[in-house]
Amino acid sequence: MIKQLAYYPGCSSLGTSREYDMSTRAVCELLGLDLKEIPDWSCCGSSPAHSFDHSLSAALSARNLALVETMGLDMVATPCPSCLSNLKTSSHRMQRETFRDKVNLLLDKPYMGSVKSMSVLQALIEQVGTDTIAAMVAQPLTGLKLAPFYGCIMNRPSEIMEFDDPENPTSMDRILTALGAEVVPFPLKVECCGASYGVPFKDIVAKLSGKLLSCALDAGAEAVVVACPMCQMNLDLRQKQLAKPAGVNFEIPVVYFTQLMGFAMGLPESRLGFDKLCVSPALLLSRTLAAAS
Amino acid sequence: MRIGVFVCHCGSNIEGTVDTAAVARAALGFPEVALATDAMYTCSEPGQDAIVQAIREKGLSGIVVASCSPRMHENTFRRAVERAGLNRYMFEMANIREHVSWIGKDREANTNKATELVRMAVEKLRRNTPLFSNKFDVTKRVLVIGGGVAGIQAALDCAEGGKEVVLVERESSIGGKMAKLDKTFPTVDCSSCILGPKMVDVAQHPNIKLLACTELKSVGGYVGNFQVELRKKATYVDWTKCTGCGQCMEKCPSKKSEDRFNERIGVTTAINIPFPQAIPKKAVIDPASCRHFLKGKCGVCAKVCPTGAIDYEMKEEVLTEQVGAIIAATGYDVFDISKIGEYGAGRYPDVITSLQYERLLSASGPTGGHIKRPSDGAEPKTIVFVQCVGSRDKSLGRPYCSGFCCMYTAKQAILTRDHIPDSQVFVFYMDIRAPGKLYDEFTRRAMEEYGARYIRGRVAMVYPQGSKYIVRGADTLLGTNVEIEADLVVLAAGAEAAAGAPALAEKLRISYDPYGFFVESHPKLRPVETNTAGVYLAGSCQGPKDIPSSVAQGSAAAAKVLALFSKDKLESDPQISRVDIKRCVGCGKCILTCPYGAIKKIDFRGEPKAEVVATVCQGCGICTSTCPQGAAQLAHFTDDQILAEVNALCRF
Ligand SMILES: Cc1cc2nc3c(=O)[nH]c(=O)nc-3n(C[C@H](O)[C@H](O)[C@H](O)COP(=O)(O)OP(=O)(O)OC[C@H]3O[C@@H](n4cnc5c(N)ncnc54)[C@H](O)[C@@H]3O)c2cc1C
Ligand code: SF4
Ligand code: SF4
Repeated sequence: MIKQLAYYPGCSSLGTSREYDMSTRAVCELLGLDLKEIPDWSCCGSSPAHSFDHSLSAALSARNLALVETMGLDMVATPCPSCLSNLKTSSHRMQRETFRDKVNLLLDKPYMGSVKSMSVLQALIEQVGTDTIAAMVAQPLTGLKLAPFYGCIMNRPSEIMEFDDPENPTSMDRILTALGAEVVPFPLKVECCGASYGVPFKDIVAKLSGKLLSCALDAGAEAVVVACPMCQMNLDLRQKQLAKPAGVNFEIPVVYFTQLMGFAMGLPESRLGFDKLCVSPALLLSRTLAAAS
Repeated sequence: MRIGVFVCHCGSNIEGTVDTAAVARAALGFPEVALATDAMYTCSEPGQDAIVQAIREKGLSGIVVASCSPRMHENTFRRAVERAGLNRYMFEMANIREHVSWIGKDREANTNKATELVRMAVEKLRRNTPLFSNKFDVTKRVLVIGGGVAGIQAALDCAEGGKEVVLVERESSIGGKMAKLDKTFPTVDCSSCILGPKMVDVAQHPNIKLLACTELKSVGGYVGNFQVELRKKATYVDWTKCTGCGQCMEKCPSKKSEDRFNERIGVTTAINIPFPQAIPKKAVIDPASCRHFLKGKCGVCAKVCPTGAIDYEMKEEVLTEQVGAIIAATGYDVFDISKIGEYGAGRYPDVITSLQYERLLSASGPTGGHIKRPSDGAEPKTIVFVQCVGSRDKSLGRPYCSGFCCMYTAKQAILTRDHIPDSQVFVFYMDIRAPGKLYDEFTRRAMEEYGARYIRGRVAMVYPQGSKYIVRGADTLLGTNVEIEADLVVLAAGAEAAAGAPALAEKLRISYDPYGFFVESHPKLRPVETNTAGVYLAGSCQGPKDIPSSVAQGSAAAAKVLALFSKDKLESDPQISRVDIKRCVGCGKCILTCPYGAIKKIDFRGEPKAEVVATVCQGCGICTSTCPQGAAQLAHFTDDQILAEVNALCRF
């Protein structure tokens, strides 16, 4: 059965995380999730908006949510945890009448509060399920040792995000296991990667992200699997910057879980965008292909 | 009727915001009031004497005292009235302190309200009738539920007082948590050396009947005459034959039973005697891991038992006992540390509870008293203790302090340094709470003599790195983050109510607080009594308590029971319900609503009627508001009396 969901790609999917967006669309299509891109969607405001003004930030999110209501849908999925955090926080704050009125004053079309926002990860777990995912696997990721990294805001604060365990989430672990991979115990799975501090304070990100990669290597991982454009960028693009403080020359692929899903389900590489990653997973992937055949 | 009204100042408590003299003057104008006066402290000896004298000299036949809540002094004044020759129920109290002076500042409004309350009391008193108690026999046996140190102390004191005791324990041995401890603060003496002899005394005392592996099924009756049903679990070993030799344990091939006594560090045999000093020292089979029960074959224990005690067919039994009093001493349980995801307990084997650590320290524990990490058996060199885990944390629904963890953490720090002199000990704490004789000195010793490094702040996260664990926290005194590489992390798990405590409280008809701890009758003045006559509390079932306080409460509860049993007959409370057979239409609604099952259906000349069993009725009054005919009336609170009060208040 095909399920319809509104889709909010978020700005980074037009730039740094195109491969996340591509692979998400490809995988959802295959699994019968019909993602309807919100027509004329706009930026969620990211961190600058909410650190400046809560009602302005909420208005940016609510504009998109109101568009979902116009589409006649009641669920929206987004790949980006940061967008999700803004969508969810706005909806949460807008449950308060005074705040809702204030925000709706800023909008052409008021938001009525009927939309449930979720991550693509949550949509895949709840609307599709790991059994269906396992059934669709064409080339299992047997022998691949993976460290799932959720980042610090995907599940927190739990009262607002309302999905999975805030300290020890396992949804991505379960998907990767369904794909046939081996999930290594990764104790830092909800630590902060340094986020946007990569721009003003590189050393902070170098320290935090370096620790994450070291921990993943110690745990025996051959690749880190992420669900967040920001984490992906810090861990992948900056690997050279991380080397010095950590004292390790990292060379570890950091891939989106949707890319691995697509790969395991036999989707063509042109739809998954592995070539957009800095550290190439090609070697690892060809190894699993060889093992499978 | 000639009524006397006494309006109390309560020092300045009432007089401060109520014009008591004006209240007394107004009372003189109420019907049948012959005397009204104000007094400094009515409850004092001269205050009471004034009442007695007034009754005698002025020929009064009823008294109203306008003062504090009846909770404390109703009985005081009833006794005074009685001394003067009146029936104790010819007395009413108007609460003008808690209900007036303490809650309002406006003197004029307060004075008016106090006057109205006195008017109500006078109108009710005019309709009071003398009431008389019945006397009934007392069964001078006591049931003690829970064989921790508090229950043991209560049982021994009652037994020494010459009364028969039934001691019920749900585990296979008594001893409770104290039996699991290595040493005890603040003297660091060996726990089993001081508890062991008491446990043996329990076993040997001719007045104590010890029932282990037993729980309470139901309670009926009332103070002096409880009938209790007890459920004795199937142990699959005939304890009349078992000598506790332990040969079965040596030979049992199934070693997968969870070792509850050792706080689940490791596993034990399916047939088990939990520890060498167990009382009773009898074996029990755990059917969840016994091969005979799982696979239908084995029977090794039956073959090796020299006395033929094994009985795989055993069924649970229900026993009944008659007792006159009950002491609840069911203790506490420790907080489930795996609920705090960021500490990783449950996922990381070397993140353990403080009680598990006691077992690692104990010479009779799974490591023979050598501190070893559960993961690899290595001796830890850096040990981090985290206090207040599951205590003082609103987000976990546990805002209260567990009281003893600061102290036992200091003890464990000291013992660690004794066991492993080259170890480093860190303690994360919020504050150190060590009130008690020699307590603060003790925690100081841990820091100053034993060099434990105390860090004031919370731990944010524990995660493994190689074979070690990184403990990340805040040092709020230095204002920095700290990260410590630890070999072992010990979480001072807070105390929570014992499993099943609320259900037990409901059976005993006593109250429990939102956390499941039993509620005492008065937080200061009646600490071991409950609001149900004949049911007492001892130890940490009432709230977290260390051993000295638990033992003190055990003795206190025993003293209450012995005082109760010093009387051969008890007097019933005459403020109970009665059904007027002429009005009763036999609808039976009261039978359904009475929470105590105190009303039965009778046949009166071929017609169904309700009848209250006087000894069972607790006087709650639910039936009186249920009965559509007004046939059920509660003595001292009849419809007439209550309506008179309402009318007194709603005159305009
Ligand atoms: C790690 C740790 C270290 C400690 N160290 C010290 C120390 O050094 N010094 C000190 O003073 N205090 C110490 N304490 C506190 C001490 O454990 C308690 O003060 C003491 O155990 C309280 O005794 P209790 O009899 O009230 O309860 P418990 O010891 O809990 O005993 C209750 C008993 O009742 C039984 N029971 C429960 N429910 C039922 C039921 N429904 N029916 C029948 N039986 C039931 C239980 O099985 C148990 O045997 C420590 C506590 C911890 C956690
Ligand atoms: S006793 Fe100390 S460690 Fe235990 S809860 Fe209270 S303050 Fe925290
Ligand atoms: S007052 Fe009535 S309802 Fe209450 S216990 Fe007595 S008989 Fe039962």
